Amino acid sequence: MKRRRFLAFSLAAIPFSGTAQPNAHISTIDPLVRSFTGGRDVLPGKVTLVLPKIADNGNSVPVTVKVDSPMTAADHVRSVHLISEKNPVRDMASFYFGPHLARAEFTTRLRLNGSQRVVAIAGLSDGSFWSDLVQIEVREAACTED
Amino acid sequence: MSLARIQLPDQAARGEAVEVRITIRHPMETGFRRDEAGVRQRRNAIVALVCRYRGTEVFRAITSPGIAANPTLRFYLRADRTGDLDFWWIDDDNVEGTAKARLVVA
Repeated sequence: MKRRRFLAFSLAAIPFSGTAQPNAHISTIDPLVRSFTGGRDVLPGKVTLVLPKIADNGNSVPVTVKVDSPMTAADHVRSVHLISEKNPVRDMASFYFGPHLARAEFTTRLRLNGSQRVVAIAGLSDGSFWSDLVQIEVREAACTED
Repeated sequence: MSLARIQLPDQAARGEAVEVRITIRHPMETGFRRDEAGVRQRRNAIVALVCRYRGTEVFRAITSPGIAANPTLRFYLRADRTGDLDFWWIDDDNVEGTAKARLVVA
């Protein structure tokens, strides 16, 4: 667990860049990211991570992820991973689906341990990875670590 | 112990995007929380959930306590033919839950 907390800083240390450079806002050497991507480039774009700018309480924060994809047998989203910068468990959730879904979109609710960046990485059927990053301010953190 | 509610439209047309919602009653205990006596509450969260439509897996979630208590999930299934949506999940205590709903495709 301490190792995970340390690794959170590797994500935090990388400044956000608005340019369309691969890996511009994600650390591909982060072992958690690598476990999803196998070390391949992660491109900004295609993914829209919808979170409120400010949450009064981190216990239940609505999140929607949408990916620009036709969701056909030939071209679809295979997976979406939600990564937290500051939660004790950074690997919040992974979702696996395919062309049986009409849209590459889902909604759930997160627990967030304080203000932080949240990253969504989507894996597509062509083997490419795309991502979005959102900064959220959480007024009251969900879990208190000691 | 686990209770779930699935929400589906009354019926759908073939090929239509059907909004599927499920809410499961579960504490998603983080393992970091202490009760009033200061006793740390053991982690117990749903760790996996699978949805099958007419026997075929259509959605799978691998989850953690990073998902809020009483987890809810909403996604958009492509309606094919009338059939069951079967949800299955399991938590850290190896307690499994299931829920089922019928999607009517006109």
